[in-house]
Amino acid sequence: MTATDMSPTEKYRNNFLREVEAHVEEGEWVKMCMQCGVCSGSCPLGNAWQHPPQELFMMIRASKRDEVLASESMWMCTSCYNCITRCPRGLPITHIMHGLANYANRLGLAPKMNPTRRFAKIFWDNIAVTGRVNETKLSLKLYFMDGVVTGVKRAFAMKNVGLGMLRTGRLNPFALFRPGGIKGKRDLQKMLARAYDIEDKRKGFN
Amino acid sequence: MATKEYSFYPGCSSERRSSASNYMVSVNTMCKTLDIKLNEIPDWNCCGASIGYADGGELPRHVMNARNIALSQQHNAGQDIVATCAACWLGAKESVERLSKSEQLLADTQSILADVGLKVDIDEKTAGGVRHMVEVLIEDFGYDALAAPVKKPLEGLKIAGYVGCQTNRPFGIDGESFENPKYLDKMVEVMGAEPADKYEQKVTCCGGALAFSEPEKSQAQIKDIVESAYDHNADMIVTPCPVCQMNVEVYQENINKTYATKFDMPVVYYSQLMSVAYGSSAVDAGLDGQVIRTKKLEAIANK
Ligand code: SF4
Ligand code: SF4
Repeated sequence: MTATDMSPTEKYRNNFLREVEAHVEEGEWVKMCMQCGVCSGSCPLGNAWQHPPQELFMMIRASKRDEVLASESMWMCTSCYNCITRCPRGLPITHIMHGLANYANRLGLAPKMNPTRRFAKIFWDNIAVTGRVNETKLSLKLYFMDGVVTGVKRAFAMKNVGLGMLRTGRLNPFALFRPGGIKGKRDLQKMLARAYDIEDKRKGFN
Repeated sequence: MATKEYSFYPGCSSERRSSASNYMVSVNTMCKTLDIKLNEIPDWNCCGASIGYADGGELPRHVMNARNIALSQQHNAGQDIVATCAACWLGAKESVERLSKSEQLLADTQSILADVGLKVDIDEKTAGGVRHMVEVLIEDFGYDALAAPVKKPLEGLKIAGYVGCQTNRPFGIDGESFENPKYLDKMVEVMGAEPADKYEQKVTCCGGALAFSEPEKSQAQIKDIVESAYDHNADMIVTPCPVCQMNVEVYQENINKTYATKFDMPVVYYSQLMSVAYGSSAVDAGLDGQVIRTKKLEAIANK
């Protein structure tokens, strides 16, 4: 078996840092972390992070692969970019968090029920087909992702938000029935399919 | 002054009957006064937003942004790209930066674009040509030029400048600090209103896309942002970001239920303040698009 045929786990056995460097967006920066903790104090939803960024970097170096990839923590990133502007070592922390979440997701190891993971998927499906966000479909898909009963409850809890947006002309009920999107959507779909294909090969997903 | 022209990237939320359609109305009004011509990038697509990372990965996201840049270079050659949405600006600029630093990503992107008959020109300088509207106002016009057309100074209004995250970080406005940017306060002042300059929540995160997926946690953030505006006796909050505007405005009722607060704080765009100060009607400033009506600003517009 050559190195390219091996799964990431086999290839990087006991060296999760090297795996992250090779496969995770901006992963080659992880080793530069000096564990000062500034990033961890910067996350807006800080209390919700079981392992804040500094800790995740430490865990990567300690090869705690399963714990890192199955973690809900990086899914708490709001993309606020506080950490990036503050890190004394200049680590692109936001992108590493995004990269870890994406990598876990592509490997099927991300927490299945994490709401942000599920929302992110609905969002991407929404834009990747038509090229533009259809906000009406996006909100309804999100409310109804756990079935009709929960959906009606969620939509009810949010009804004033929806009605307010409708009243002020900031939500289009008819967008539900229109495909919408850009003229070049076929081209865009073709581009994205190839981009996926190339990235999958480069990152060893197939 | 001669007309200034830009290649315009409006973004999904600015479309008719979308969440920031009122932003777009006021941007058009403001640009008319300032003699700015916005040439929309033909058939532009979504930037992928920040949340696109999870399913989109790297290359697919960069490819989406590269298509817009390529279309802009083809149809609006030589013009800077201007975005009104913080996320669009960030997405486009970040992709350009990354592509300019990675030969492999750029080569992959070019080969994918070539499949659909497009090509993009990217070097280290390209990212500088991807700009946010407030950057254009401050750098290409300057505060004095922005003050010149004011017909109805917004006297008697105290306004909390909520800059938020992505207009401010990681790129921000040249010469401004990330922790305490002052440009929004200056714009408020130039329009004749009083900035709440001690407003300490000006760069707090509203939760961004997580307002959808983690509503309770995001609403706790929004509560702080609104509460502090009340603490500083502000009549309204102003922001340059469509995500901030929507999140901070529309969840106040839910927050009132959870925390027994009585929030009813209007949240407007800088372009709406400017439109009114420049003498536009409430409708041309998009004020009929506020979920929480801003009566004091409407009163000035109707004067
Ligand atoms: S701020 Fe930078 S150096 Fe400090 S712990 Fe975080 S990533 Fe490491
Ligand atoms: S961008 Fe993400 S990781 Fe960085 S401070 Fe914000 S929430 Fe934390």
